Amino acid sequence: MENENTVIRVRDLVKKFGQFVADDHLSFDVYKGEIFGFLGANGAGKTTAIRMLCGLLEPTSGELTVAGLDGFKQREAIKRRIGYMSQKFSLYEDLTVNENIRLFAGIYGIPTHIRKEKTEELLEKLELGSARKKLVRDLPLGWKQKLAFSLAIIHDPSIVFLDEPSGGVDPVTRRRFWDLIYEAAHEGITVFVTTHYMDEAEYCHRVAIMSAGKIVALDTPKALKKEWDATSMDGVFLKLARSNE
Amino acid sequence: MKQLRGFIRKEFHHIFRDSRTMLILFGIPIIQLLLFGYVITTEIKDARIAILDKSHDEVTREITHKLLSSGYFRLDAMLDNEGQIDNIFRQGNIKEVVVFEQNFGKKLERDGKADVQVITDASDPNTAQLLSNYTNAIVQDYLQKKFVNYKIPLEIKPQVRMLFNESLMGAFTYVPGTMALILILISAMMTSITIVREKEMGTMEILLVSPLKSHHIIIGKVAPYLILSILNALIIIGMGYLIFGVPVRGSFILLMFVVIVYILLALSLGILISTISDSQVKAMFVSVMILMLPTILLSGFIYPIDNMPVALQVFSNIMPARWFIEAVKAVMLKGVGTGYIWKQILIMTGMTILFLGISVKKFKLRLE
Amino acid sequence: MKILRYLLQKEFIQILRNKSMWPIIFLMPIIQMVILVNAATLELKKSDVYVVDQDMSDASRQLVDKLKGNPFFQITSITDNDHLADQQLLNGKAGVVLDIPENFEKHLKRNNQASLQLRVDAINGLAAELTWSYMNSVIVDYNNQIRASWMGVSKFDPPQKIEVSQRYWYNPSLIYSFFMAPGVLVILVTLVGMFLAAVNLVREKEIGTMEQLNVTPIKKYQFIAAKMIPFLAIALLDLSFGLLIAKMVFNMPFEGSLLVLYGFTTVFLLGVLGLGLLISVVSETQQQVFFVSYFFLLVFILMSGLFTPVESMPTWAQWLDHLNPMYYMMKVIRNVVLKGSGFFDLKYEFLSMLGYGVAMFSLAVMRYRKTA
Repeated sequence: MENENTVIRVRDLVKKFGQFVADDHLSFDVYKGEIFGFLGANGAGKTTAIRMLCGLLEPTSGELTVAGLDGFKQREAIKRRIGYMSQKFSLYEDLTVNENIRLFAGIYGIPTHIRKEKTEELLEKLELGSARKKLVRDLPLGWKQKLAFSLAIIHDPSIVFLDEPSGGVDPVTRRRFWDLIYEAAHEGITVFVTTHYMDEAEYCHRVAIMSAGKIVALDTPKALKKEWDATSMDGVFLKLARSNE
Repeated sequence: MKQLRGFIRKEFHHIFRDSRTMLILFGIPIIQLLLFGYVITTEIKDARIAILDKSHDEVTREITHKLLSSGYFRLDAMLDNEGQIDNIFRQGNIKEVVVFEQNFGKKLERDGKADVQVITDASDPNTAQLLSNYTNAIVQDYLQKKFVNYKIPLEIKPQVRMLFNESLMGAFTYVPGTMALILILISAMMTSITIVREKEMGTMEILLVSPLKSHHIIIGKVAPYLILSILNALIIIGMGYLIFGVPVRGSFILLMFVVIVYILLALSLGILISTISDSQVKAMFVSVMILMLPTILLSGFIYPIDNMPVALQVFSNIMPARWFIEAVKAVMLKGVGTGYIWKQILIMTGMTILFLGISVKKFKLRLE
Repeated sequence: MKILRYLLQKEFIQILRNKSMWPIIFLMPIIQMVILVNAATLELKKSDVYVVDQDMSDASRQLVDKLKGNPFFQITSITDNDHLADQQLLNGKAGVVLDIPENFEKHLKRNNQASLQLRVDAINGLAAELTWSYMNSVIVDYNNQIRASWMGVSKFDPPQKIEVSQRYWYNPSLIYSFFMAPGVLVILVTLVGMFLAAVNLVREKEIGTMEQLNVTPIKKYQFIAAKMIPFLAIALLDLSFGLLIAKMVFNMPFEGSLLVLYGFTTVFLLGVLGLGLLISVVSETQQQVFFVSYFFLLVFILMSGLFTPVESMPTWAQWLDHLNPMYYMMKVIRNVVLKGSGFFDLKYEFLSMLGYGVAMFSLAVMRYRKTA
């Protein structure tokens, strides 16, 4: 399955915290332009895995290539090519929408004139134009999420990592958020997302299901449902969990 | 009651698990006492001086020798002319220059009078005055021993007894002072920061909607610091006694009672600060600014209150540490009983009630 | 470098927007300075004396008059019996008890010599020593007066004398606030700068924005510099306010060059803010940062030379003090302000502090991990 379209290549990736093995010999590939889901209950090792992939955690052993760069030696170079949004979607709450955009665009070295263009484009797309001078603190949760996502891809990364990006919002807002994700994928950005919402898993092109630090299943949602004879990802997950007990 | 007990236990675990903070909390009093005991001495020794001897005769050599063997001074440089004095002072290492005039010994013998200039760097006025006076005393002593040998008529001899602290040990002031400072630190500062932290993190709201009553929450937050403070007070008293020989002359129970009254006061102050701060940074700054420095400087810990300008003497009345230090000194060092310190205890209790009252009022306002 | 500009812009906007911190950053230090400099004085202004006069003679009354005439001593009461004297000391109503024994005058006349008893509350040893030396000089004065009136000699001169002329340079009237004001100012500037910088950084960890920055290609030194520069600016601003206060309220002279003082303070702040940030990058919570910084500051302040001259400390402590940034700063500010010392006079301090600052900054950068 390996080919020139592989943007993330993981082989036998292990992360230990003392004696505790958080991620146990993970191996998988993610291809350009796909939406790759990482599923699992809390504590299954998803967040540890995604944090290793974007260079926030040092792996204990294994092989890791992200955007053609080595995940051990070229961590800083990788950071230019990726975007990241965490469960806390860490915008600066005491800065305005505009100021947040300027900061993150500035950090990625986007020239001022391009930044201005992008800002207008972005505010229009998110329908945030009227709120540009508002503090992020005063925005509704759904808007904060959309803004955080847009900022995570403001520098046109080849991959964006989303760590449980849509926690705490209702399904309708979540659906709208996923429209943005599709749009990004359509533009060629690979999306790597962790979640424990099974409805989100349906939106992914392929999903890996984690349990106790191991990948226990990896395929398209359709194939998984077929294999486990379930009507939804929820069913797949339950059956998987039972078979692993 | 059962819920409260469980909550207090949780808070205890929370604090005692953070080993770095624990290390600091018990390290601060120990280091502070050791510093005061071994480093912060008020006596002068080995001050670096320079000498400009224009005479170079036997008398000046003898006086120089006497100065340098006194233990107060250490020779840093011999100067050749007056022009060098300013330069050498500007570098900031030399504290005093002694200038002997020309033909010093000859003049002393012939005219019965000779001049020596003692120039001190008074940018530190206290040290300058002390050094200057020591020098004067050594010179006069030299003169008396060498040239004059006569009996003084009509001599009045004052005999002095230094009460409560015969050897004039600094420890007698800094042990109570350290206690005042540390207990404020743990009780007021830590309490306020912990409570504000819960507010900042949003966990306070979770607690407030829980079945715990709001005063239970406060008690739960405060109880561990009460225990920590008492432990710290015991360490300080113990170290004071074992290492520096500071006795507990009065009743130990009364002493601990005073300590607990003060801790409760500090805790209520911490609660008050937490109700007026919305961020940890603010709570810290309010604590440091209105508690730490004033407790060092305005409570009579280092600088006696009697020496302050009248306005500040009045101001020092609102410093909790002032009353605590007075009471502790009285019980520990003078060995008096309750009769002598009821006023201090009453004032501290009054302050506690006042602070708690304001806090409760503020707290209710905020919830509404 | 451009990235640093954006980071700084962000920090300054955040600081300026947080208006409720302004009074704490700017006003409180000034109030503190005015109050504390006045409070911190070692010159004794008064002492309460309880006089027990068991002689009730002309001579004893003369001594009491002499005491009354001295502005330093305040006589709380004069009695002829001793039994209440101890209580006065115990409840703190009197600091000194002067006992004039029976037959004081008689002894002086007959034996050419007499004694007096003094009891001093010595819990504060230093104050007791000073009180005693003032009292002693009153008694010596009184003694000379007695000699003059009884023996008819105006002043009792020894046959040979050495005239010691005591000169106090740079502060001839020995004004204590000229010493204290720069010292307290240094403490306040350090407190504000170090705490603000250290707490600001760890706060980003606590609220999670730090992680967001860690996945960007920000260089570590850019991040640390962005956390240092704004607070360095604030600290220098506080220094300026403080110097103005010192000038206006305390009439403190300023002999040296502002350039030298600001230059050194900047180097100094590089060191202490660097230390604060170092503490911050290895801590997880604001509380930890606060207590560790507090610990260092306490040691720095107590050993800075403000409360006790550095030369009087034990040798090991003097060596240790070379690691104390406040030791250098206290020395420099006092020398620049009162003596007008220049860069070359203080080059050792400059170079040491520069090395210290660079070391602290580098350590903070090195210990800052973009990975957990």
